[in-house]
Amino acid sequence: MDMSVDFAGVRFRNPVVAASGTFGFGREYSDFYDLSRLGGICAKGLTANPRAGNEPPRIAETPMGILNSVGLQNPGVDAFIAEELPFLLSLGTVVIANISAESAAEYADMAEKLSGSGVGIIEVNVSCPNVKAGGMQFGTSADSVREVTQAVKEKSDVPVMVKLSPNVTDISAIALAAQAGGADAISLINTITAMRIDTATGRPVLGNNTGGLSGPAVLPVAIRMVWQAASAVSIPVLGMGGVSTGDNAIEMLLAGASLVGVGTASFNDPYAPLKIIDGIAKYMERRGISRISDITGKVVLN
Amino acid sequence: MSKAPNMPGVYSLQVTRNERIASGVAGIAVALGDSLFSAKPGQFMHIKCGEGLLLRRPVSICTASQSEIFFVIETKGAGTQWLSERKPGDILDVFGPLGRGFDIPGSGFIVAGGGVGAAPLLFAAQAAAGKATAVLGFRSVKNVILEKEFAAACDKVLIATEDGSTGVKGTVTGPLDTLIRSGAYAGVLACGPRPMLAAVAKTCGRRGVDCMVSLEERMGCAIGACMVCSCRTHADGAERMSRVCKDGPVFNATEIVW
Repeated sequence: MDMSVDFAGVRFRNPVVAASGTFGFGREYSDFYDLSRLGGICAKGLTANPRAGNEPPRIAETPMGILNSVGLQNPGVDAFIAEELPFLLSLGTVVIANISAESAAEYADMAEKLSGSGVGIIEVNVSCPNVKAGGMQFGTSADSVREVTQAVKEKSDVPVMVKLSPNVTDISAIALAAQAGGADAISLINTITAMRIDTATGRPVLGNNTGGLSGPAVLPVAIRMVWQAASAVSIPVLGMGGVSTGDNAIEMLLAGASLVGVGTASFNDPYAPLKIIDGIAKYMERRGISRISDITGKVVLN
Repeated sequence: MSKAPNMPGVYSLQVTRNERIASGVAGIAVALGDSLFSAKPGQFMHIKCGEGLLLRRPVSICTASQSEIFFVIETKGAGTQWLSERKPGDILDVFGPLGRGFDIPGSGFIVAGGGVGAAPLLFAAQAAAGKATAVLGFRSVKNVILEKEFAAACDKVLIATEDGSTGVKGTVTGPLDTLIRSGAYAGVLACGPRPMLAAVAKTCGRRGVDCMVSLEERMGCAIGACMVCSCRTHADGAERMSRVCKDGPVFNATEIVW
């Protein structure tokens, strides 16, 4: 049984990747299990300079989902390379750096710094819903997605994956723009812009007023968008959004993903990624599937 | 406590008792069975609240022995409501122990608690075997918790209520200040609502007494990876963001940007 995946020329041991923003820089979860069992780790989103993030509360709950508004709290790309990356690279799994910036040129500068640092892939975040400048403003227009992708590609020696926002009317057009800009892969979905109001105070629950929705509540939206995006492009897709079980991961693969991101599920169960890997293996065994990559995009439409 | 050299983990623990210890406050004991772990006063457990709610709830350990953990749970929302309804025999999915706990001073110290914030201080007082003096503040007599347990663990217990229905009328700050001036205390350990903690920190600062505070914040992962529970702290003159779950929940009061 072969669970490995060749993704934009990078080999992953299995299709399960810890999603950016839910897994820090790996240190914390390494206290709980051997992270080499993961296909890969998308590190916490980086910016050119350190960021303190948004005012609390930064998390709210909704049935089968959460809203977060962290706002890219991170130590900056230089501190990441100096202080966090050596540990990540020692783990024996593929390391994906996730970058956000305020201009195409700044994205490119960050990509240049990360090229040759040892990261396997650079994930270009054009879809953070929680920051005023940088992030989603780039991801909601096909032209700026292509422009940012091109700028990063020019400076990157490693494969470039563009992380797309679900807060768009036509995900296929955005996915095609990333491909036209030279992206080696795309990942989706980032969180869905969302809001809750505390009826006792009349104020939004989140300090930032709005946040990004994730968790099982968004799975059907993610499956639909991964299917639409994967159908439009010829580059590989990392699918994520609400995956909590092995069966959810299989759905994502059938919809057209080659890799599956697991994020919010780890908050409910710190061992969720491992259980999802086991669930995928059991499905393969049950169905007599010898290579996991064989089921990518194999949804049979009605 | 067991000194088993094991890691924090996810445990399925059976509820053995659920008693109403004050208005809207449940005291829940779970049996440890063979799930050996060592917990420090001030640490918390991240508890699953049924199938419909995704987020676990961080709950401070009130007391822990080799056979059980005791939690005090105030009903504030859907999660704590679910927890407060657990019956003996039910299984709780708990993740922990997590976070940085209190450093227990080697000589006499004060524990200052506000409302259900008193809970983790009982564990600290018990760990000090009679060296602690407790100052506990509540809204009213019907909100008082753990008075007998503190009396058994401490050399003295002072109660303050906002409405004066029992003990001294007012907040903990008055009796705390009097205590600090009357004796030689190695420090103050505090837990409670943030305004109360700020007042305690200010009093300690003015009197030159060390103060550790346990903060509360909404959490996601509870192990320091997701950055949703960040709070403002300062070190070496520079402001930074610290994680309540991992760098805390117990901080030196001088670290906090109040």
